[in-house]
Amino acid sequence: MSTALPADTLPREFADALDAEPNSPQRRRFIAAAAAALALEYARPIMAAANPTPDAAALPPRRGGTLLLIAQPEPPSLINALTPHVASQYVGGKIFQGLLTFDTNLKPVPVLASSWTASPDGLHYVFTLQKDVRWHDGQPFDAQDVVFTLNEIAPQALPRMKLTVDRYFESITANSAGQVEIRLKKPYGGLFDLLGSGLLPILPRHLYAGKDPRSNPANQHPIGTGPFVFKEWKHGAYIRLERNPSYWKKDLPYLDGIVFNILPDASSRAIAFEQNTVHALRAGDVDYADVKRLSKLPGVSYTTSGWELFSGMAFLELNQRKPPFDNALVRQAVLHALNRQFIVDNIFFGYGKVATSSFISTTPFYDPNTPQFPYDPDRARALIRQSGVDVGKTTLTLINGEKGGAWERVAEYTQQALSQVGFKIRVETTDAASWYSHVANWDFDLSYNFLFQNADPEFGVAPLYRADGISKGSPFNNAEGYDNPKVDALWDAAAQTTDTSRRKQIYAQIQTQLANDAAIANIFEMVNPTLYRSNVHNLLRTATSLNDSLETTWIG
Amino acid sequence: MRGFVFSVLSRLGKAFLVVLSVVVVNFFLIRLAPGDPAMVLAGDAGSGDAAYVAHLRDSLGLSRPLSEQFFVYLRNLLHLDFGYSYRSQEAVLTLVLERLPATLLLMAAAFVVSLLGGVAAGLVAAYGETRASRWQHWISRGISAGSLLVYATPLFWLSLMLLIVFSVVLGWLPSFGMETVSAGYTGWRHLADVAAHLTLPALSLGMIYGTVYVQLTRAAVLDVIGLDFVKTARAKGVPEHRVLFVHVLRNALLSVISFGGIQLGQLAGGALITETVFAWPGLGSLMFDSLLQRDYPVLLGILTVVSALVVAFNVLTDLLYRLADPRIAAGVTA
Repeated sequence: MSTALPADTLPREFADALDAEPNSPQRRRFIAAAAAALALEYARPIMAAANPTPDAAALPPRRGGTLLLIAQPEPPSLINALTPHVASQYVGGKIFQGLLTFDTNLKPVPVLASSWTASPDGLHYVFTLQKDVRWHDGQPFDAQDVVFTLNEIAPQALPRMKLTVDRYFESITANSAGQVEIRLKKPYGGLFDLLGSGLLPILPRHLYAGKDPRSNPANQHPIGTGPFVFKEWKHGAYIRLERNPSYWKKDLPYLDGIVFNILPDASSRAIAFEQNTVHALRAGDVDYADVKRLSKLPGVSYTTSGWELFSGMAFLELNQRKPPFDNALVRQAVLHALNRQFIVDNIFFGYGKVATSSFISTTPFYDPNTPQFPYDPDRARALIRQSGVDVGKTTLTLINGEKGGAWERVAEYTQQALSQVGFKIRVETTDAASWYSHVANWDFDLSYNFLFQNADPEFGVAPLYRADGISKGSPFNNAEGYDNPKVDALWDAAAQTTDTSRRKQIYAQIQTQLANDAAIANIFEMVNPTLYRSNVHNLLRTATSLNDSLETTWIG
Repeated sequence: MRGFVFSVLSRLGKAFLVVLSVVVVNFFLIRLAPGDPAMVLAGDAGSGDAAYVAHLRDSLGLSRPLSEQFFVYLRNLLHLDFGYSYRSQEAVLTLVLERLPATLLLMAAAFVVSLLGGVAAGLVAAYGETRASRWQHWISRGISAGSLLVYATPLFWLSLMLLIVFSVVLGWLPSFGMETVSAGYTGWRHLADVAAHLTLPALSLGMIYGTVYVQLTRAAVLDVIGLDFVKTARAKGVPEHRVLFVHVLRNALLSVISFGGIQLGQLAGGALITETVFAWPGLGSLMFDSLLQRDYPVLLGILTVVSALVVAFNVLTDLLYRLADPRIAAGVTA
């Protein structure tokens, strides 16, 4: 599955990184991995000498230096307000800013909005903006920029934003130059996620008003309010940003600049990190097999934090429009037939946690009492017998969108495991575009996918299960065809409730029902490792991974 | 002279037809591949909305009949308008021209490495085989075996091995890119920096293709070296190096030149892999990304430009033939 972009929002570094080589033959991957392993082994003494590990906490921030990162894939555009692509958010997140972001505890923290208030009925929000903020071209930033971006840019650029605006938003207006007011038709629990996930950076009205945003010449030289200004983009090679000398936060950023190197090959990325020619590797930049070894190198730090807003859930979609998966008992049998711990331990090298609900266990609305379907092939066979369905009657097709990598191995394992309980499975491996086409047109029996669940289930979970998400055209909605009006009503109720404890109750009901219906075979929660040089500090300070502005990042 | 001009014009006319055929075939061939660019873009935008996909298809012109799309493309192409990238919305010609110099530089460097290295090694191998000394025989066999070994090595693997040895272990050469971005070099230092970055990609690509020259040159030299005119030259007391380079090599070069023309097309294909491994910012990586994204205009633009280049190189090869072997020119003018 190479290209899994979540249904609304959704960053997906893994998928994009995997996109770079879905056509690679398995042999090539093997050779590449072996070569990288050799490279790492050889280079160890060099790195040891080059990278002393300082005590980060004890050191004051140091100014200067250029942070060397990898942009993979190359972003289609740097205007992340217009291109909701994770690669655009990653680079554009240093140039453009939104109203708020989330800390690693998933608490909203101010960015361009200094504070906000909400009415008790959840229908009226007022955002007070930071003072003395200027665009990179020197023009002042004010509430009209925010109103213009939310009213005119976002509905064009983000397809689901238009649906959200139509469904929930009454008006977005400027009370004054420093204050924006949002009025809703009905309470909307996902509002802060929408504003803080990096999808809605504010664009300069003076450059975009009255012009076609996609063909605007300003797109070639992005002008934002962020800590770094655009300097140069040599396509296929690098993107260079420089320190914003007039940044509205005093004395920030610490870095002189950031260079995003464009490195299409995973083994080359591993070697570049090994050589200390890049400072950090994001999740998905290198094969899982390499992560553990690289993390043990001297002078290298490793963390799985900083991805709280983009917790990934890997799942197996079972097409419920036709036998045998139109039967819930058969779908439950699939869950019992798969040893999900084996998948996590042996295919993803331990970077994961077996799923225990349709909600990721680290998200606020996760219910630990959700019914479980542990590995038990005998139970799987019993459920199939009970269903009365002849699961081996026809050969089922498992569409796999990545060749040679972990997802192909998962597909092969699934084929073997399900054959043990009577299924006949054929794995069809394609490239990403073909996979899109198959799944979006419901031309599959089984398909692996993964989505990053934002903190709010309204964004990252609901589109997968709601009946109004059943439409051809995208693999990131309800492609499996699950249709339960009772659950749909619960989703509506949860979205329109601002009381957290009430929402939690409703979401618990949803999780139980989804589990019993085996609406989707949730496999494991993905763990996103980030590797970085130990002399780089404050790299992951928010829940938005390296999409963060990096304004306080410094090199020791 | 008139004949020569006519010949050149005739070759150019045929070349135009070949490029046109390539455009036509590629236009339809690309669309036979499963996958829909609008769906890929919609997926990137996180849309599950069928109406959005339909809107994208309309805006990209994909909902028009294929024949109409084709004629619009062809008409625009005649005005050198290659269209816009679906993904980045930038003009295809701009994207291609931005990447073309890097690919041409890599191809040229690899071509020089393969041609000079291959011909030299082939000449040494063939010459050694004709000599009585045992060590010369061993050198000859070593070159032949070595070239076969390199030829059988996957380009991707060879590139990685060179990367590990010269970049990681020895630390002599940079591992990726075309320049050291953060260094800000200018002038000669910049040129030296680019040359350092070029060395490994050119070497890996050149080594693979150079092996064919080794075998070709060796075989051709062995064929020629026993011919009567060579014996005559030696009998007349012509110095051995002159016999070898002027009499033998020039006559042996025809097959090498023929292959050179063909090889430039292959080099473009090999450059795709090399560019990926070394993150060389050329057309190869752009083509790879465009293929995955089903970015038809960019793919077609690259294929058209590359095919035009290959055809141009082949025309050039034909002309070089005349310089290498005056009999061909004589045959045309007769």
